[in-house]
Amino acid sequence: MTQQEIHARLRERFGNAIRDWQTPETGDACIRVAPKILHEVCAALRDDEDLRFDFLRLISSVDRTECLSSVYHLYSYTHHHEAVLRIDLDRENPHVDSVSDLWAAAEWHERESFDMMGIVYAGHPDLRRILLPEDWAGYPLRKDYVAPKEYHGLTNE
Amino acid sequence: MTDEPHPLPITNGAPQICPGATDAERMLAESIREPRDLTRYLFYLRTARKEGLPLVVAPLDAAVNWARANAIWPLTFGLACCAIEMMAVGASRFDLDRFGAGAFRPTPRQADLMLVAGTVTHKMAPRVKRLYDQMPDPKYVMAMGACTIGGGPYSVHGYHVVKGIDRIIPVSVYVPGCPPRPEALIDALLWLQMQMAKGRPISSRYLPKRWHKSKESPFEGGAGGCCVDSPSPDSGIPNIPLHPLQRGKKDMDS
Repeated sequence: MTQQEIHARLRERFGNAIRDWQTPETGDACIRVAPKILHEVCAALRDDEDLRFDFLRLISSVDRTECLSSVYHLYSYTHHHEAVLRIDLDRENPHVDSVSDLWAAAEWHERESFDMMGIVYAGHPDLRRILLPEDWAGYPLRKDYVAPKEYHGLTNE
Repeated sequence: MTDEPHPLPITNGAPQICPGATDAERMLAESIREPRDLTRYLFYLRTARKEGLPLVVAPLDAAVNWARANAIWPLTFGLACCAIEMMAVGASRFDLDRFGAGAFRPTPRQADLMLVAGTVTHKMAPRVKRLYDQMPDPKYVMAMGACTIGGGPYSVHGYHVVKGIDRIIPVSVYVPGCPPRPEALIDALLWLQMQMAKGRPISSRYLPKRWHKSKESPFEGGAGGCCVDSPSPDSGIPNIPLHPLQRGKKDMDS
């Protein structure tokens, strides 16, 4: 099943919460989902007989300046097809439901997104920094991040 | 205690001459201007044996330094891609065992050389410092690669990287490269061995000036207790031994 067909099927079920299909000029196409129904959509993708997305490849995050995005790359080992979901979040208050109960692999990916971009995944069992020290201030991969002058007495210059 | 001198007086500095030594023995003893220099010591021993003279001078630390330099036990400690080169040096093609330095130890308490191979992040820095503190004296640190020397590719925009390992621990020898080739590492090791054989406690000489003030240390316990004979804080520029390639042949022979 192509991604456009998957999009059509989701549109059929969730209506306007799934944005219109757009073929991008560059890069990979993605299915844009409203953050509120993300968990529902993911559950449907995983459990539907024809879709059966049993593998979460990765969750990445993007700072688009006007918003923060979380991108989910899914793959089905049953049907050998793939899909990319994208959600856009409010920059000031980036909250979205965790999908770690659907795919255990999401746990560390969501922690990384939280660590680097500050996206909060509600319902995550252990949401804390994974790469940086726990007392680090700020989210380094955001465009407006200013590197600290020093950390525990070690200067950064 | 008797008045009889010990046949092998243990000295840690200038040669000691036993009372009752003949003029020839005295001259030989005084000819060793640098008693820590093993070559001169062995030369003296040969001459003494040839001339049938009794052993008068015994700078034991020359022998100890010689043994120390030829039995370096590095710490198994790789942080990033430099560690791949370090492993290559340890493996059969380059074979660090040829120099007596192939016994990588899994614990800092048995190691005397810390090969800091790779990027040291702010998160890792306290761990590096702790490992260094756990090593017994005398200990030596080799800063391998651009990241360890000054941050390398992360020196400008690396918010998370320590800009030089010498901000945390004193460094004996720097090996530039990204990563350095195994030959460079072997070269640094040979140079380190040369310094060790001469009994130079070089780990303290590279200590940046700011580290002499322990209150500036970001971690507990100051800059680290490696200093065998730490130069005084006001001594100005420390006496840094030159790399063999930078020295003339005349200097290399001495």
